[in-house]
Amino acid sequence: MTDWPGSAHLIAAPVLLPLLTAALLIGLADRSRRTSVVLNLLSTLGSVVLAVALLRGVDAGDGPGALGVYMPGNWPVPFGIVLVLDRLSAMMLVLAACTALAALLFSLARWHRASVHWHPLLQLQLMGLNGAFLTADLFNLFVFFEVLLAASYGLLLHGGGAPRVRAGLHYIAVNLLASLLFLIGVALLYGITGTLNMADIAQKLPHVPAGDRGLLHAAAALLACAFLAKAAIWPLNFWLPSAYAAASAPAAAMFAILTKVGVYAVLRLWTLCFPPTAGASALFGGPVLMWGGMITVAFGAIGMLASQKLGRLAGFSIITSSGTVVAAISLDEPVVTGGALFYLASSTLVAAALFLLVELVERARRLEVEPPLADEFGPRMPMFHEMRRQDVNLDDQQVALIGRTIPAGLAVLGIAFLVCMLVIAGLPPLSGFVGKLAMLTALLETRFVQAAPGSGAAWLLFALLVASGLFAAIAFTRAFMAHFWATQGRTVPVLQLGELVPIVLLLAGCVGLAVRGDAVLRYTRAAAAELHAPTLYVSTVMRAQPVPPPAGAGAGAVP
Amino acid sequence: MEVVIAIAIGVLVAAGVWLVLRPRTYQVLVGLSLLSYATNLFIFSVGSLSIDKEPIAQAGLPANLENYTDPMPQSLVLTAIVIGFATTALFLVVLLALRGLTDSDHVDGGEERP
Repeated sequence: MTDWPGSAHLIAAPVLLPLLTAALLIGLADRSRRTSVVLNLLSTLGSVVLAVALLRGVDAGDGPGALGVYMPGNWPVPFGIVLVLDRLSAMMLVLAACTALAALLFSLARWHRASVHWHPLLQLQLMGLNGAFLTADLFNLFVFFEVLLAASYGLLLHGGGAPRVRAGLHYIAVNLLASLLFLIGVALLYGITGTLNMADIAQKLPHVPAGDRGLLHAAAALLACAFLAKAAIWPLNFWLPSAYAAASAPAAAMFAILTKVGVYAVLRLWTLCFPPTAGASALFGGPVLMWGGMITVAFGAIGMLASQKLGRLAGFSIITSSGTVVAAISLDEPVVTGGALFYLASSTLVAAALFLLVELVERARRLEVEPPLADEFGPRMPMFHEMRRQDVNLDDQQVALIGRTIPAGLAVLGIAFLVCMLVIAGLPPLSGFVGKLAMLTALLETRFVQAAPGSGAAWLLFALLVASGLFAAIAFTRAFMAHFWATQGRTVPVLQLGELVPIVLLLAGCVGLAVRGDAVLRYTRAAAAELHAPTLYVSTVMRAQPVPPPAGAGAGAVP
Repeated sequence: MEVVIAIAIGVLVAAGVWLVLRPRTYQVLVGLSLLSYATNLFIFSVGSLSIDKEPIAQAGLPANLENYTDPMPQSLVLTAIVIGFATTALFLVVLLALRGLTDSDHVDGGEERP
């Protein structure tokens, strides 16, 4: 990874670039919207390029070279904060940057005018996400979680209005409680192991005395509660459908990656701390992840069938996908996890596309069924009044704002919706199918051919994966018929080209994942192999040395 | 001293959980604050409770927990307090916005009417 001087610092760039951009954007505020747009667009594009560059660098390396370790404070390892880049974090960085780019492009058509804080909030959200994916320090992970949560509170409220504020209140309350659990878990782990560095914790866990093992397991359970609430695992997911359905479309698209942060944290810490070699704590909590994930898949599938509104349908599809990934990783089989990671990438992209699409479809419906809501509650709330009026103006004057309309708007929307359905239900030939197939064949190979213990649960997971695809197909077909076929005398929805571009890009990403399926699967399998053999991670992080001070530095400079 | 701290944390958590489960937004806010106080006390107590010990290693004495108190939990608490304060303030703003928008201080924006 060290091809040119300074490339070691590239690992910190995915955090620094959005942070600096957000600072500039806050300074700009409403002075020049055009400058904000250009700046935000350039920075987000930069994030995408950066993430892809890091991913290629990581993929080129092998063995210890595949891990990038960066010490922001240049303190020796167990004491200072460390950023670590491996295949999994590089993949998550790319996904986060792609979702942010899509959300930004979509918002440029309309939504970014609702408030001047949209641009900085989006960048801060990206910064929190990137930081959470990169950090190898437990408390630092908490801080980045708070950054991304604080930004997501703002994004959820973007656009204002009573439904959003109500959903936002619930969302904030749930996440504050989850954060407190996170803190208690971190404090307990620190009390037991005396360190916050994840690799160091993993190293010390097998040596924890038997008397402290109960406390250790309590700490792990508390942390898991916090992460699983974020990942929307049953029964901690009741907040998700209403919150995501209430959010504005670009914010909801951004939230598609937010549940994956919880999944990522579980995946990272569980594989690191409780591998089969962890002695008395080997695979601690595996059955909980397994059964929790499977119940979540069933819950999400039934929820999809029960949803009348498209927004809730999309929310339940997210629940199903994170349940699938969590259940699959709990088997502790690298091949299954490799398929699950492929599925995770595909489901993130398609969920973002679906949330963007939902708004366009619902808009087409609302224009006809009822006029755009003016102010539901009158000018009682000056704080939101201005924003909302602006919003309504846009609805009314949409024609004036449009550069080009798509004549066959409904047809384009219909095709995009069908593509989403194919990916979410896991039907051939798109990426959802490849991901599910990879998981199912891996399940067959590892659990049934060799008749390993615990194959009953694996059978159930196998059946659930197939059945949830069927349920998704039924629910989406019904929604498709309701929204695209039963449209007698409906006006053609007014779409902007700029709103279709991000959806097409995201779906093209899904097609690309399927076309290059072999290479992507090879990558995710390598990532999974790294995860399930954490000794490489631990030894690489623990052996990292701080950069020596420059030779020319005088004695006065170094106290 | 451990007993006093433990009882204090327990009382704060009990009151906080009860308040968080109440239907009024202001009660939820106070409950969340109490819970975050309890969490902060808990983090603080993780680093060995001791009286009259500075979190600085003294010259000439071995740097173990007999001679000084662990500074790490104190810095963690400081960060947690700042973050908790900010998010609670944000919650307060949303609470007021909901109050203004729906004319109700119920967490769902209105009583359930049978």
